[in-house]
Amino acid sequence: MIVRGGERVLVQGITGRQGTFWTERMQAYGTKVVAGVNPKKAGTEHCGVPVFATAREAMDGTGFDASVMFVPPMMARDAALDAIEAGARTLVVLTEFIPVQDVMFLLSAARTSGCSVVGPNTAGIVTPGECFVGIMPAFNPSIFQPGNVGVISRSGSLGTLLCLNIVRAGYGQSAFIGIGGDPVSGTTMREALACLDRDPRTEAVVMVGEIGGNKEESAAAYAATMDKPVISFIAGRSSPPGKKMGHAGAIVMGDSGTHESKRRALEAAGVTVLDMPSEVPAALRVALGH
Amino acid sequence: MNVEEHAAKPLVAVHGIAIPDGAVADTPEAAAEIAARLGPVVVKAQVAAGKRGKAGGVKPADDPAAAESAAADILGMDIAGHTVGSVLVEARADIARELYAAVLADTEGKCPMVVFSAMGGMDIEEVAARDPGAVKRIQVDIAEGLSDAEAIALIQDADLGPATPAVADAVAALYRTYCETDAEMVEINPLAVTSEGQVLALDCKFVLDDGAADRQGLVASLAVLEPMTDLEARGRGHGLRYIELDGNVGVLANGAGLTMTTMDAVTHYGGRPANFLEIGGEAYTKAVPALELVLANPNVRSLVVNFCGAFARCDVMTEGVIDAWETLQPDLPVFFSIHGTGEDQAVAMLRERLGMEPFDLMDDAVKAAIEAAAEAAK
Repeated sequence: MIVRGGERVLVQGITGRQGTFWTERMQAYGTKVVAGVNPKKAGTEHCGVPVFATAREAMDGTGFDASVMFVPPMMARDAALDAIEAGARTLVVLTEFIPVQDVMFLLSAARTSGCSVVGPNTAGIVTPGECFVGIMPAFNPSIFQPGNVGVISRSGSLGTLLCLNIVRAGYGQSAFIGIGGDPVSGTTMREALACLDRDPRTEAVVMVGEIGGNKEESAAAYAATMDKPVISFIAGRSSPPGKKMGHAGAIVMGDSGTHESKRRALEAAGVTVLDMPSEVPAALRVALGH
Repeated sequence: MNVEEHAAKPLVAVHGIAIPDGAVADTPEAAAEIAARLGPVVVKAQVAAGKRGKAGGVKPADDPAAAESAAADILGMDIAGHTVGSVLVEARADIARELYAAVLADTEGKCPMVVFSAMGGMDIEEVAARDPGAVKRIQVDIAEGLSDAEAIALIQDADLGPATPAVADAVAALYRTYCETDAEMVEINPLAVTSEGQVLALDCKFVLDDGAADRQGLVASLAVLEPMTDLEARGRGHGLRYIELDGNVGVLANGAGLTMTTMDAVTHYGGRPANFLEIGGEAYTKAVPALELVLANPNVRSLVVNFCGAFARCDVMTEGVIDAWETLQPDLPVFFSIHGTGEDQAVAMLRERLGMEPFDLMDDAVKAAIEAAAEAAK
């Protein structure tokens, strides 16, 4: 789930307003966009690359390694299946409000094909100085700089704030992995953490979570096994608790989901949990020893 | 989106799980009439909230007079912020066993999970906490579906005797309900086995996946809204998620994560946020109604605007805020912090049109807003 500069990227939904805006920015940053998909505009060219009717045709035409989807929620499942069946190695699903069962269905297909999915409802992934895939301000030098801090975030905007504080402290990022805000994600926080743990360029991890769900608690269990320092900020300490129907969620997750639960689990795993994003610089100086 | 019991039960019934005979009443007299037809009944508050029984919202009644009096007690009751407007009057079952069954997403497994317990009834969470082995779970590959063998394996430890096939069928029907209705969660507690061996859903909690509401029009039409204030309802009308809080520092930020963080900062530095309101995602173009909404709260004494543009462009959001500010001309101190996509244009616009400079750190914008609110309150 880290995309390198040499990887060929397909943009599904390239001709739309957002698809165009972000394709231009990805290209300007150095992302190797090789083709786009729009069934109604197949055979034309857009942003200087050929447009195909399907991802399968794009695979035959130009080939690609990763695909990023600017596709409306009700069409997302079929678009994802198209990319997965075409042989995408990585699929970045930006779309918000995809029905959860469609997400589970496309993830089942991805598992079978060995395609790794980031998202849905993600802001994408960034490898500073090389490329980005998605909708993050990779091109803003006060937010992204090449470095040795891996960042995981559920939220694009909050991830941006943490990245800003990392660069402000004089550090940069080895990779940014936006896992997305949906309850069911192709890449869980735990899996993103394991990925950064294996990544030789990453020397410390900043993990940006939120109240709700049990992704942070699950990631904490992995963090306990890591040698690399992990720093975390969890948003929502002052938010009123949400009401949940039924007991099934509580049975499955216990008291997971609250700020207290996440903080307790992370601190027990040796993670430094911050009160404010602006405490990142000091925490990184301690973690990285300079 | 939550569906109340009386509307949720038919959803499982059409997929093959029997439910007791019953009807909804919104007056005590109507409850008595239904009871006259059904014999001994249970009168149940219809609100989309848990722990109705503990709150006194579920009462047995042996005859129409008792049903009338039970309904009179329950109607108008407040349960978890919901006022009870109707009761379900349902024929009382002769219960031999109380089981528990639910289907929901397993977020780590990224697939549906079926949960079953032989110890159904009121305190299933306590059962799960005390004796985790008493609650069985299986993950289902959504592309394959739940097999008969999996359903049988899930319930086999429950020692259900001749009722085993019927309970397995009910579990399979619950899984079908989950898939075909795009449920986020569907739960039956208790799933009763009667002394005649019939399997009956005595309660049903149903949550529709918000993202599927468009293609599940019928189910969505059954859903009830959370209780909300006038301002929250107004936000909903604009497609904005606004939650009114009791503080005096208005908050406008993009994305739920950043908005919660801005509220956390207000609290961390000793202030109190007046609202939750995010304009991220596709809503980032709605800065005008969003600002109007924040300012409509009479408790707001200052405002912090915190933008970190990724997908949501700071230039578009800031232009909306400035437009609204010039139109409304509010007599209110406002403090900005702006970073990310579209930052340079946004900051230039702020300087030119409002003559203001954003704070570099969110923390400083928040501190200034808290001080201003405290000053205004004097």
